[in-house]
Amino acid sequence: MDLYEYQGRDLFERHGLPVLAGGVATTPEEARAIAERLGGRVVVKAQVKVGGRGKAGGVKLAEGAEETVARATDILGMDIKGHTVHKVMITVTADVAEEYYFSYLLDRANRTFLCIASVAGGMDIEQVAAETPDRVVKAPIDANTGVDEAKAREIVTAAGFPAEVADQVVDVAVKLWQAFVAEDATLVEVNPLATTKDGKLLLLDAKITLDENAGFRHPDHEALVDQASVDPLEQAAKSKDLNYVKLDGEVGIIGNGAGLVMSTLDVVAYAGERHGGVKPANFLDIGGGASAEVMANGLEIVLSDPSVKSVFVNVFGGITACDAVANGIVQALALLEQRGEKATKPLVVRLDGNNAEAGRAILDDANNPLIQRVDTMDGAAERAAELAAAGV
Amino acid sequence: MAIWLTKDSKVIVQGMTGSEGSKHTRRMLAAGTTVVGGVNPRKAGTTVDFDGTELPVFASVADAMKETGADVTVIFVPPQFTKAAVVEAIDAGIDLAVVITEGVPVHDTAAFWAYNVAQGERTRIIGPNCPGIASPGASNAGIIPADITGSGRIGLVSKSGTLTYQMMYELRDIGFSTCVGIGGDPIIGTTHIDALAAFEADPETDAIVMIGEIGGDAEERAAEFIKANVTKPVVGYIAGFTAPPGKTMGHAGAIISGSAGTADAKKAALEAVGVKVGKTPTETAKLMREIMSGR
Repeated sequence: MDLYEYQGRDLFERHGLPVLAGGVATTPEEARAIAERLGGRVVVKAQVKVGGRGKAGGVKLAEGAEETVARATDILGMDIKGHTVHKVMITVTADVAEEYYFSYLLDRANRTFLCIASVAGGMDIEQVAAETPDRVVKAPIDANTGVDEAKAREIVTAAGFPAEVADQVVDVAVKLWQAFVAEDATLVEVNPLATTKDGKLLLLDAKITLDENAGFRHPDHEALVDQASVDPLEQAAKSKDLNYVKLDGEVGIIGNGAGLVMSTLDVVAYAGERHGGVKPANFLDIGGGASAEVMANGLEIVLSDPSVKSVFVNVFGGITACDAVANGIVQALALLEQRGEKATKPLVVRLDGNNAEAGRAILDDANNPLIQRVDTMDGAAERAAELAAAGV
Repeated sequence: MAIWLTKDSKVIVQGMTGSEGSKHTRRMLAAGTTVVGGVNPRKAGTTVDFDGTELPVFASVADAMKETGADVTVIFVPPQFTKAAVVEAIDAGIDLAVVITEGVPVHDTAAFWAYNVAQGERTRIIGPNCPGIASPGASNAGIIPADITGSGRIGLVSKSGTLTYQMMYELRDIGFSTCVGIGGDPIIGTTHIDALAAFEADPETDAIVMIGEIGGDAEERAAEFIKANVTKPVVGYIAGFTAPPGKTMGHAGAIISGSAGTADAKKAALEAVGVKVGKTPTETAKLMREIMSGR
């Protein structure tokens, strides 16, 4: 889960890291209250999870409460690269002297964590790394020994931080690592990490990604989810423990196993190229045990998407037996009818693997005109795309 | 001979008394795996009956190894306890730990992996969030269905569970030496490269199918490895060509950020070193079939 800048600022503050005083507002009036509390000159920043907001006019200075209200009014509701601004963060301003870069992140390739630090901050770090690689330090961090003062000093020295800020950077490096671990983050990036003209070190931006697998350790993280930006179908699916991602096509997809479902999206997209450019409408993994109820819940979500014109159920019976899956589909359609949501869109079903013959027989016996059985993955994708194209 | 798991492997199950653990212990036994016991400190000294096979429960992995000579552990404990279970297996010095558990925090995986490295990597770890390893006809450690295919001379390594099963099914008439599901998490113990190296060295494997998916650069690094080290034919498949950037598709590792990690980049890297890459699982199986029929 990626956090907004204001959530990151709050998190840093909770962990004793130096940040600018500020608050977050969803209305101009809330912005006024914050400006009055802070006093003087403030900066109003659009809260979007996309880069380039400054260039898009999403960051403005304001003097006093009235101007803050005006700037907040301008920025709230603004569209930045397809993201609507629902919140602005308002902070006091800083008299910046130098800008540095500092981050901790997951290093998949080396199966460990990495610290990236550079005295050339404030700009595109990838560009700095490409053009002047010697100005960027990449230090592997042992997950078990972490970053203590000695390790932090090693990094700070290697990166060439000036002597007069070195102690402060060491302190930030240690506390930032503690926050990274304590919050189960996979990324904490500070760009810029800045010094002010009076020599104080400040964390002026926050890019934080939290590990959703660690949710059981962090009941408080649930509150950080931005419900307004979550697709309603995705939310409904989540409440039923279904792994669903909304996409923008016409063929509803239901399958078992993340890899197989991803592969199904591909096969449907290829077939769609031959059928009017139809595409997958969603990713839905019903997991290993596809009971009638899970199948009904899945079908209900997929069918409630108005852009869906046909559904492709692609199941490989590994542990799950295909006869159970077939019963699930038939019962799911009956269940939906009982719920008063009778399905009307065609279902193409491909069953293979464990007890496939029995499963196919169940589908044939059900004699439901909505169910079409195709026994290969590629063939079924072709048929589902064709039906979606006909239904568009 | 197969890789890592043979008919001589003696398997214990951490979490054998839980619902998933007991279900799959029964399945592993039915597949002919030599399961010799389970671990649960609260039930140590008891036995569990699996359709007539009485398996002892031990207090620790170390006890189980001492009493049974076990050299493989399959871990089914919940995510909260997975790190401790793996560390216990490493401390006991077991050869192979197969971590089935899904939803392990990546800080926990990073921690047990760093611990394993610090101990000299005595223990091979497969997973977490993986279906396990199966050497058809010999042994099965994990949740891979045993009846899809028989033994043969293809080696399979895959990030995904159901795609593993799909590929085993597509090529069931040829058969497999060993199928390894390495898991879809951002940090995993055994990589594509580890499996490629083992299959290259395995006299019972003639050709290798490698299944990857979007996210990270494991497939790109595997391509470099293949170029330098693998003489056996390799066929590849990548899932997620049409996945939009920034969305997690079920596997924590399967997310595209920026330009890195796309299926196209992975396909290009593999093809550049002579690996044939199929557009669909079926086409991939066909490519492998052509290679095996020429032998």
